[in-house]
Amino acid sequence: MENKKNSFIPIGPYHPLQEEPEFFKLFVEGERVTGIEIDIGYNHRGIEKLSEAKNFEQGVYAVERICGICSTSHPFAYVNAIENLAGIEIPERAKYIRTFVGELERLHSHMLWLGLVGHFAGYNTLWMWTWKHREPVLDIFERISGNRQHYSMMRIGGARTDIDSNDIPWVLQQIDTLQSALMMIFETLANDPVFAARTKGVGILTKQDIQDYGGVGPLARASGVAFDVRRNAPYAAYGLVDFDVITAETGDIFAKAVVRIREMLESIRMIRQCMEHLQSTAGPFFVNVKEIPPGEGIGRHEAPRGECFHYIRTDKTNRPVRHKIRAPSFMNVATNQKAVIGQYISDALLILGAVDPCYCCTERMIIVNKESPDRILTANDLLKLSHEKTIRLRKEGGYPL
Amino acid sequence: MVNAFTQSLFVFHAACSPCNNCDIEILDMLAPRHDVERFGIQLVGSPRHADVLLVSGAVNKKVVHRIKRLYEQTAKPCFVIAVGGCACSEILFRDSYNTCGPLDTILPVDMYIPGCPPKPEAMIAGIVKLMEKLKGKKK
Repeated sequence: MENKKNSFIPIGPYHPLQEEPEFFKLFVEGERVTGIEIDIGYNHRGIEKLSEAKNFEQGVYAVERICGICSTSHPFAYVNAIENLAGIEIPERAKYIRTFVGELERLHSHMLWLGLVGHFAGYNTLWMWTWKHREPVLDIFERISGNRQHYSMMRIGGARTDIDSNDIPWVLQQIDTLQSALMMIFETLANDPVFAARTKGVGILTKQDIQDYGGVGPLARASGVAFDVRRNAPYAAYGLVDFDVITAETGDIFAKAVVRIREMLESIRMIRQCMEHLQSTAGPFFVNVKEIPPGEGIGRHEAPRGECFHYIRTDKTNRPVRHKIRAPSFMNVATNQKAVIGQYISDALLILGAVDPCYCCTERMIIVNKESPDRILTANDLLKLSHEKTIRLRKEGGYPL
Repeated sequence: MVNAFTQSLFVFHAACSPCNNCDIEILDMLAPRHDVERFGIQLVGSPRHADVLLVSGAVNKKVVHRIKRLYEQTAKPCFVIAVGGCACSEILFRDSYNTCGPLDTILPVDMYIPGCPPKPEAMIAGIVKLMEKLKGKKK
């Protein structure tokens, strides 16, 4: 295997394909990819440590800044963790508001992904269409929360703002137009022979691969693993609304696109149910939380990219002692090592994009080498360092080599 | 020379450890609702073609010398625009152990567009202001 890695193509850290700085090394033989190395860390900002210096109310806003695309997923998991820790029961209205915001976010994130896949595949029309129809979702966010992104709708013990019942008919109207647009895009894609040729049978991940690499979210569901936190461990109003967990069997890019589009239609179904409930019933949308007891709690949320996990340990102070975050892309990016091997270079970019990677979520740990920050340590380098250290220790201890 | 900057700008988008939010809003500017390409504003794939460097995100230790190199690669004069709260002032990341200070301590910044994230309208307004400033200089 090693002698086949004779030439490589660097992608990044600044590349027209990418939104975020990250670095891929594609090892190629002719047109075929024989290996990949993924180098991240361009996005590390030390959020876990920052969060430990902030009190719980500030923490909700701090974790929101982890990621702009899934910017309610992290606060969602964070408040779930604290409510789990303190045993807080939130009012029913807050549950529906949270579900509504979470599903709206899934809509905008999946549409963004679909547009980018269209862009990668050379379908700029698809990109423009999906991004055009994504705007109403951002308009809804702006109307209900005041900001297009970073909506800050979560708060410990409920939601930050209520949904005004005067806005609900307008929201439903926007959702209706979105649904018809989605159906149009879905039918066009399903019947397009070129799109099918680019995506069917490309970048296949089997059920076994998903289990080996621990893939989550739509990526896993496209390979037939029917795991969804919303169904397997219901939180907020996900136990109260009716929805289906969408799965596909083939595990290729086409299946990933189909799963995401059908998930959007499920999200629209859930949004309608939430709106109906918020319209017909009134009540408080938060409870006052005075004190967070010492203890530890976990919070999970099915983010658009998969399971987002937060762990919080507290002492008696108003700040967490330890805050651990595991974002879905951390698991999903590793599956590239399986999916991209043996594929053409031209398909590789599509496969890397099909994961819907989000590096700003992923990067939790970094090792900075101050003397030569330019150096990239590969697995072999690390092995070499380890061997050298063993030899040095043996020499120092006077043991035979 | 200045005249060229008042017509159509070629923009290179460099993201330094962003949260992606400013970046998708920058892409949103190209999407049909705002569509800045009708003004000739275009994203380019190489810093060597760029008139404007659009920088978002808090600069971290791994990115800092790369963003300096990107700026060195651009053809001068090149304008640097700091997009979003992170690039302008680092907001909550100023306390982080891995960030290197706001962008203007690293590159010469010509324009600040604050906001978390700034709306596409704000970015367009910013670029228009930059153009107007250049036109003023010409007189």
